[in-house]
Amino acid sequence: MDQAITMNKTSFGTATTGKLGMWLFIVMDGLTFGAILIGGLGLRIGAESWPAAGSVLNVPLTAFNTFLLICSSFTMVMALNSILRGDQKGLVKYLILTIAGGVLFLCVQVWEYSHFIIGSEHLESILKGAGFTGSQFLPTTGIYGSTFYATTMFHGLHVLSGVIYLSIILSMAFKEKFGPDNYDRVEIAGLFWHFIDLVWILVFTVIYLI
Amino acid sequence: MGMAMEGIKMSSSKSIMSTHIFSTDHKTIGKQFLFFGIFFLLFGGFQALLIRWQLAYPEQPVPWWLLGFLFDGDGGIITPDMYNQLFTMHGTIMIFWAITPLLIGAFGNFLIPLQIGAKDMAFPTLNMLSFWTFFLSGVVLLVSYFLPMGVASGGWTSYPPLSLPAGGIPGLGQAFWTLSITVMGVATMMGAINYVITIIRLRAPGMTYFRMPLSVWGLWLASILNVIFVPVIAAGLIMLLIDQLLGTQFFLAGRLAAGGGGDPLLFQHVFWIFGHPEVYILILPVWGIVSELLSVFSRKPAFGYKVTAICMSTIVVLSSLVWGHHMYTTGMSPLLGKTFMFLTLLISIPSSIFFFNWLATLWRGSLHFDPPMLYTMAVIWVFAIGGLTGLYNATVTADIYLHDTMFVVGHFHYTMAASVLFGGYAAIAYWFPRMFGRMLNPFISKVHFWGTFITINLVFFNMMALGYAGHHRRIYNPNEYEFLQPLMDMNIFITIMALLLGAFQILYLYNFVQSLFKGKVAETNPWKANTLEWSMDYPIPHGNFETIPQVVNGPNEYSHPNVKDADWVCQTVKIEGES
Repeated sequence: MDQAITMNKTSFGTATTGKLGMWLFIVMDGLTFGAILIGGLGLRIGAESWPAAGSVLNVPLTAFNTFLLICSSFTMVMALNSILRGDQKGLVKYLILTIAGGVLFLCVQVWEYSHFIIGSEHLESILKGAGFTGSQFLPTTGIYGSTFYATTMFHGLHVLSGVIYLSIILSMAFKEKFGPDNYDRVEIAGLFWHFIDLVWILVFTVIYLI
Repeated sequence: MGMAMEGIKMSSSKSIMSTHIFSTDHKTIGKQFLFFGIFFLLFGGFQALLIRWQLAYPEQPVPWWLLGFLFDGDGGIITPDMYNQLFTMHGTIMIFWAITPLLIGAFGNFLIPLQIGAKDMAFPTLNMLSFWTFFLSGVVLLVSYFLPMGVASGGWTSYPPLSLPAGGIPGLGQAFWTLSITVMGVATMMGAINYVITIIRLRAPGMTYFRMPLSVWGLWLASILNVIFVPVIAAGLIMLLIDQLLGTQFFLAGRLAAGGGGDPLLFQHVFWIFGHPEVYILILPVWGIVSELLSVFSRKPAFGYKVTAICMSTIVVLSSLVWGHHMYTTGMSPLLGKTFMFLTLLISIPSSIFFFNWLATLWRGSLHFDPPMLYTMAVIWVFAIGGLTGLYNATVTADIYLHDTMFVVGHFHYTMAASVLFGGYAAIAYWFPRMFGRMLNPFISKVHFWGTFITINLVFFNMMALGYAGHHRRIYNPNEYEFLQPLMDMNIFITIMALLLGAFQILYLYNFVQSLFKGKVAETNPWKANTLEWSMDYPIPHGNFETIPQVVNGPNEYSHPNVKDADWVCQTVKIEGES
């Protein structure tokens, strides 16, 4: 324990070992997301046709979801800010709000998926316009469906793990395990949450908007 | 900090579960990886012998001493499907479940904290999870042997569309292959984070980067490559897995794909963006271990220590820019091909530099030919051949002829199998007393060394000759090609040598197990080495160092003129006259 503290002075400023580990993980995770997004973009460039933005996917709904995730990032900052001031109740309150944001995001995504998978005549006409057959929008619906489902599912799994991760932090916050001198784990969990948020903005842009 | 070091506190409750199975002690985890790796090494090696049997005695019943009863259902012969499964699983297992755990898993875990003077890894619990995730991936792989349609058979590269249900191979074997490697990738990532952060944060006071033993340098650089490139292949594997299971079309094209498909070449790019650095991930620890051991057994400082470290780092950078040389025959533009060729050939410069550093370390040294040194010297030989034949494969014109022949097989076995295996044997022989408190029997080790050295060269060198004569790799029955029939004697000779090679490994296993329980009890520092792991008595307790040592020397100050009455000095002991 002492060892890590003495080493602090010689490398990487005051960042704790755990925080450094999370940063490295974020780099790795970013590379995975990057490979999926770039791979998808590469295939799109080679594709003969591509549905216009917003024709198949519901952009206003997802814009709301994006807003939701940004808000939950904000509440995460507030949670960390609370514990920095020693405000235990504030920490719990903002952590719950953050988790709620994540859960709501996932609910909207499930709702979106379910409409695509159940399918409808309306969807059929839209898909026909984009050059696909069938009344459902599935992972098998061409490379368009492949990139959409792969990217959003992979991100959704991250939100899910983020929600679980934050719930563990919340259960510790209930027991008042954190304080103004002991907030490292909250901060590290926050890093992960902000990363998910940041990646979503890229996913939203690449998959939905362009 | 609590999270980072919680493992140490757990050592007070001593049950077998916490000390031997779910231990967070890096030394125990290292040994777990070692046994795991040896198991899969034997398993993968056995499959290699079956491949060799088929190539030398095509469609003849497998003899009982190669467990012929396994093939009873097919009249005792290896069927074409089985043959495809054998070479697929041989490659997959050797690369991901034998070599990786042996070098990065076992020695990465065991050596890094001990050699840099740390009490444990930065994240001991994550370290334990890394092993058990790795174990799980091995279980997933083994379970696939019991699938109705058998294991994967698309080669260790598993190129789509062959590896997709729509494109060729039926059953779930390919999906299990993809899943097991994905899980293995997660375990590797956990380990890589741990190694990189441990070396950045937990070096003892005075243990500057240029005072770390070169073995730590090699492991560190390999981990950095893991950090960057395992996530990339993870993305490729996720896409492949959902292609296989959900019917997405990332890697399907043409008539196989409905409604606008993807591109099979994309997988090849993603695979080799990871795959080429992967071969350096496997060999870098060996380079480091060889550099370190040569110095110990020559009783003089590693020649050009800093240059070796910098050259290895240069190769780390270059290795990430050369993946295209695996794809010259995919219709790559000549300009791109030439660029990849140029970058690949550039790698020979830093490699040659540290290679000559090795030779210069030996030059006028006081050489001690103990078993670890013999194995180390073998690496120099086999890596020279492996490295030089790499130039033929890197050159577009030569490669288009040699691509997918036994020449390539011979080449990458010289680097991946022979070099890595000898490096692993050297490491085991050298650190066996540190891990288990006993010495490997030196006589049997030497017999094993000579047997392995001679047979392994006869196997892989002749493979290159076969390839040069046009012998394609992965073919089921060479006799079906008229031009290969005169080469059958060579195939038979290689197989006999391979069987002998296998027999010597059984001898090694005997030596390993026998020495584990009955070997000569080792003294504290049997090789008179400078590095920190030898500064404590066996067994090293959980938490390693009672007080963190203060390091004052580099790792290789052997035969220092100012040190009287010994040719070595521990890294913590100040040398007179040195600042």
